Amino acid sequence: MKKGKGMKFVGDSRISADKERFIPKDYSEYPGKTEAFWPNFLLKEWLVGAVFLVGFLCLAVAHPAPLEGPADPTDASYLPLPDWYFLFLYQFLKYDFVTTVYGAVIVPGIAFGALFLAPFLDRGKERRPHKRPIATSLMLLGIISVFWLTYEAAAAVDWEEKAEENKPEPTSEVEIDTEHPGYAAYENSCLSCHGGELEGTAGPSLIGIDYSAEEIEEIAIDGIGDMPPGQFDGTDEELQQLAEFIVSVNEQAED
Amino acid sequence: MLQKIYDWVDERVDITPLWRDIADHEVPEHVNPAHHFSAFVYCFGGLTFFVTVIQVLSGMFLTMYYVHDIENAWRSVYYLQTEVAHGQIVRGMHHWGASVVIVMLFLHTLRVFFQGAYKKPRELNWMVGVLIFFVMLGLGLTGYLLPWDNKAYFATQVTLEIAEGVPFVGEATKALLAGDPNIVGAQTLTRFFAIHVFFLPAALFALMAIHFIMIRKQGISGPL
Repeated sequence: MKKGKGMKFVGDSRISADKERFIPKDYSEYPGKTEAFWPNFLLKEWLVGAVFLVGFLCLAVAHPAPLEGPADPTDASYLPLPDWYFLFLYQFLKYDFVTTVYGAVIVPGIAFGALFLAPFLDRGKERRPHKRPIATSLMLLGIISVFWLTYEAAAAVDWEEKAEENKPEPTSEVEIDTEHPGYAAYENSCLSCHGGELEGTAGPSLIGIDYSAEEIEEIAIDGIGDMPPGQFDGTDEELQQLAEFIVSVNEQAED
Repeated sequence: MLQKIYDWVDERVDITPLWRDIADHEVPEHVNPAHHFSAFVYCFGGLTFFVTVIQVLSGMFLTMYYVHDIENAWRSVYYLQTEVAHGQIVRGMHHWGASVVIVMLFLHTLRVFFQGAYKKPRELNWMVGVLIFFVMLGLGLTGYLLPWDNKAYFATQVTLEIAEGVPFVGEATKALLAGDPNIVGAQTLTRFFAIHVFFLPAALFALMAIHFIMIRKQGISGPL
């Protein structure tokens, strides 16, 4: 900072009125091929960051964040698991010879305490890994243990089955209008397989289907997939009313 | 025009020294992947910061829809996931970012460790870095509960049971985190939300500021 007599200030502030032009520092005197961060290196970092961001976005789009059904504390069959980066600790605590105090306090306390205080435990001048064998081998041991424990914990779980069993199910909020002219036909021909609220029992749910009334009429007569033909039994007018009824419930569910 | 606006502001607030302190520094050859490809290992710290920025921004947008009570938490996430425009992508970024940031932190820690870059005079910065790692794990832990689905609920149940097993302070810690000695419920969710959104980010920003100021003061460690 400039000091001395004859300094000029902006108004009555403490800001100097003498402006120097911003000239980037000259790094040519520095050893090796030193580069200025601003703007040369930042541009390269920016490009790498953009590539990284594209990759990251692809991941986020290709694999949406999972969401299971709402928390149900009474679900005794649910296999509780921590997030993946705590699996190693979880697995360690599962072994019979590991007591809670030992597994949750002493061992992690020593491991993470040593990590925290590493500069004071490894005090030599040498920086190369093979010149400080104790620090290097302890760290390698730690990494291998964490990877192994995480693998052991993760391999014991059937992740796909777990996700399949715990799909999010929004509560159905459709009201079935039993006064609808098509309801009687639905009750006679469809209810036994598709449920009282179209939620699906033996057959699939009829809510959220992407068919027009005409297509529904065809399906009711000709069947589709596992559904055999000839399920509907009635007049053409009743068939039309039935299709209108199913469409109306779908419209209601979409609101 | 822009120059004039800049000069007008600079005359009044003297901003040039502020950004020059941040921007005006050298990048030595041994950390520059343009000169030595193996120097990509020096990118992990920067990538950690980049993902942290993604986490902060996506998290801010998530709070626009998220409701932290047990009746509505899951519904709000479901709504965000299925109805809100691009909600699935924003939540996906936050979800994956939480994992990627841990991976990047891990790689950055290993780089610094195996290069012995924590040695004098950088001991304090190493310790601050380890604290950042712990805070990040805490953010992961508290954030995991927030969607209030089965996975979240039972994971928290497990964690709190482990905490409870710690002698002397275990039960008090559990009660402090869960809001009740026995119940994981409404109180737990609001506490984890507050910790996730206010307490830990505040600690994280303070630690990151110290981390970066120390890097600037000490410069990056020399070549091996």
